[in-house]
Amino acid sequence: MSFIVDRRLNGRHKSTINRQRFLKRYREHIREAVNDAVNQRSIRDMQRGERIVIPRKDLSEPQFHHGPGGRRSVVHPGNREFQQGDTITRPPGGGAGDGGQASNQGEGLDDFAFELDPREFLNFLFEGLALPNLIKRQLQGESSYRAVHGGIVSEGNPSKINIVRSMRQASMRRRALGAASRRQLGELKAEQAALLEQEQSPERQARLAELGELIARREGRVSRIPFLDTVDLRYNHTIRQPVPVSRAVMFCIMDVSGSMNQEMKELAKRFFLLLFLFLQRNYTHTEIVFIRHHTSAKEVDEQEFFYSRETGGTIVSSALKLTSDIIRERYPEDEWNIYTAQASDGDNWNDDSPTCVRILREELLPKMQYFAYVEIMPRRHQALWDSYMQVHLQHPNAFALQQIDGPEDIYPVFRELFRQRMEEHTP
Amino acid sequence: MSEPVRREPLSTSSEWNFDLIQRFDEEIGRIARDKYQLDTFPNQIEVISSEQMMDAYSSVGMPVGYHHWSFGKQFVEVENRYRRGQMGLAYEIVINSNPCIAYLMEENTMTMQALVIAHACYGHNSFFKGNYLFRTWTDASAIIDYLVFARHYIAQCEERHGVEEVERVLDSCHALMNYGVDRYKRPYPISAATEAQRQQERETLLQQQVSELWKTFPEMQPGIRRRKQAQRYPAEPQENLLYFIEKNAPLLEPWQREIVRIVRKMAQYFYPQRQTKVMNEGWATFWHYTLLNDLYDEGLITEGAMLEFLQSHSQVVYQPPFDSQWYSGINPYALGFAMFRDIRRICEAPTEEDRRWFPDIAGSDWLKTLKFAMQSFKDESFIQQFLSPRVIRDMKLFAVLDDDHEDHLEIRAIHDDAGYQTVRQLLSEQYNLSIHEPNIQVFDADIRGDRSLTLQHIRQDRRPLARDRAHDVMRHLYRLWQFDVHLESIEDGRVVERLSIPPKEDSAPQEQ
Repeated sequence: MSFIVDRRLNGRHKSTINRQRFLKRYREHIREAVNDAVNQRSIRDMQRGERIVIPRKDLSEPQFHHGPGGRRSVVHPGNREFQQGDTITRPPGGGAGDGGQASNQGEGLDDFAFELDPREFLNFLFEGLALPNLIKRQLQGESSYRAVHGGIVSEGNPSKINIVRSMRQASMRRRALGAASRRQLGELKAEQAALLEQEQSPERQARLAELGELIARREGRVSRIPFLDTVDLRYNHTIRQPVPVSRAVMFCIMDVSGSMNQEMKELAKRFFLLLFLFLQRNYTHTEIVFIRHHTSAKEVDEQEFFYSRETGGTIVSSALKLTSDIIRERYPEDEWNIYTAQASDGDNWNDDSPTCVRILREELLPKMQYFAYVEIMPRRHQALWDSYMQVHLQHPNAFALQQIDGPEDIYPVFRELFRQRMEEHTP
Repeated sequence: MSEPVRREPLSTSSEWNFDLIQRFDEEIGRIARDKYQLDTFPNQIEVISSEQMMDAYSSVGMPVGYHHWSFGKQFVEVENRYRRGQMGLAYEIVINSNPCIAYLMEENTMTMQALVIAHACYGHNSFFKGNYLFRTWTDASAIIDYLVFARHYIAQCEERHGVEEVERVLDSCHALMNYGVDRYKRPYPISAATEAQRQQERETLLQQQVSELWKTFPEMQPGIRRRKQAQRYPAEPQENLLYFIEKNAPLLEPWQREIVRIVRKMAQYFYPQRQTKVMNEGWATFWHYTLLNDLYDEGLITEGAMLEFLQSHSQVVYQPPFDSQWYSGINPYALGFAMFRDIRRICEAPTEEDRRWFPDIAGSDWLKTLKFAMQSFKDESFIQQFLSPRVIRDMKLFAVLDDDHEDHLEIRAIHDDAGYQTVRQLLSEQYNLSIHEPNIQVFDADIRGDRSLTLQHIRQDRRPLARDRAHDVMRHLYRLWQFDVHLESIEDGRVVERLSIPPKEDSAPQEQ
């Protein structure tokens, strides 16, 4: 006696929870691996999975086992030339000792490697990061709607039929429509039964025949009432409810002046790319404005921002001024959360730095949530850093600055700038 | 045997469908029942995809199980190796339950499905139903119920106490899982509902008992002299570490005790499987071989299918020699299959040698003898009883002695007249779990003193423990016991090594 069941339609991700628990448990290892990976990757392929290697000893589920040593006998198959009493030199690593545990894992014994898929990779990459001070929420845009239950309606999409309500409706209709016929049917049947009790007579026969016909007609009428009619159908209704969303705009300002050499630009690009991925991933309602500057600033598109080659002197304030103009034109500060990330080598014209500080203080910072500045300059600081430091001291929450020496700093600095701050769990 | 009637093959293509599976199952079942009188549980054959097979792998084949990261790790590992083509998935997984659940993978050809049906649904199935270990220690009809209970209970604990807290307890229990087995007592079958109810009763009662055991109140009063420790507790060493912890650990919460119990039950359930690897696989392999040959004799499968079957069969029972790079110990399929075949041969066509070695079974009814062997033994005693010189010769078995006092390894016995007995004895010991696994028992719980727990490892042939792993396991034990734990290695009645958690240097009291 056998039952054959097709289980292929059942969920195939039965192990998902266990897999997630495994990832969670080894979060630290995985984050380290992700960290390394970020620094080694070219800027184009951030959105790829990653092969994670964890030392096997950290993963062990320990059990009591015999260690090497002592006196043991092991039976092996496939003897060729040995005779009883032969002695042979001990193979290195005690290979002949414990055939079971040690060798069946093969060469993969040292490390435990597995693939993270792209989504998991980015999850780890941006875990615990957020745009700071995200406070302004507005009703805005078409996509900021949420579907909620809106009761039961009589017209709708077949996929939304409410079966219980439809059947109840049908049952009510059948009862109502059939009520008169059924009542008459009852009366007729009662009369028929009474007649059948009586003595035989021609009138009785005639009446009985008539009754039979009437009963058949009534029964036909009841049975013709449809079990389910289109008027019975009821549908679940959903209505779209607008939800307040927070909108954010991020200004990415990159210095492309002559003092920025190729390597420094590469670092800046990497930093922005990380930022770009982060914003794209975490905030659907985030706009990004790309600004590049040398002596004059220009708003550009993504492609040009990352890949075009152009160069010149350095006036940082030009970029800040342009930012300020764009904010005034397109992003009224009462509707938008405004962020800026700036990357530069800090090699600004000396008399320009005070201008920058003034623009920041008077025009930008009052309207802005957060301004992050990265200086890409090995070892020493440049003129702009000192000026910006003053701003930082005055506005420690809204203005942050960090320095990047080499590729290995990018990710830590990025994490530092956009770390989720404890007090910022706004509802 | 009379010439069977040739019939039309059931299928000539390698594609399978549900009708075909059913017809094959009927035919195989008919032969197994009518010709060989195999007694089986009803079968539930489930067709699954390869991904589902990986899921099944990582949960030891159990259809429901509690959540734990180690299963996730296993899944990741299996998935990885499968994706990179380093390993094929097993053709089948079969669960010792009633009905007996067997998984067929959709990628297999019809021939392979037939092989799996014969192997799992009639081979393993009849083994589960017949072997004395499974009959005494597992209850096929209750296991699924119990798994459901365990999963719900652990999920509930996670909700109440947090995933991490529960995970910690499970980790510690898993480390001691091999020592959570009752070797002599027999558990009784109960349903999920009764189990849940029992659990609550147990919870209150157990806590009471433990409190009783650890009550120190009278001694704390001044003037009353501390009682002399009259006796060790437990009076006899206990081999079931998890049981001892469940009943005696001083500070565990009731729910933690229940988790210890769940892990212990799982260990108990798998214990017979660990003891009958060779027999179980050998029996199933013997029957798929026999049943498919019968199908072929009746003309129900084509010659092409038979060739395909023979090819994968010979892969399954291939034993690489000890110096091959593929060698990883003795293949239980190969050894078991060879032994069951040989028992049949001894019954049907005994030689002079067989009559000398096996006077009882030589020339007897092979089916009866085979079933007797299947029902009444475990690997260790099965080999001890039935490993014939012929099999030793065929497999060219030899025994190597590795003594760390000597510079060289010594060949103790080979496949010759002088060696058969020794090889058989040593191979049998190799499958004796109590020799294979370190012999560790609860020796003393200092219930009147510092509440420390002492385990003893009785060394056999001077074999030490793998120290760093033992250290990790002891830390898990410490987490459950929550007072000092010691592990003493005993050799010739003397303590030769001592391992303490926390380490002896800082012997400050570790109250929690």
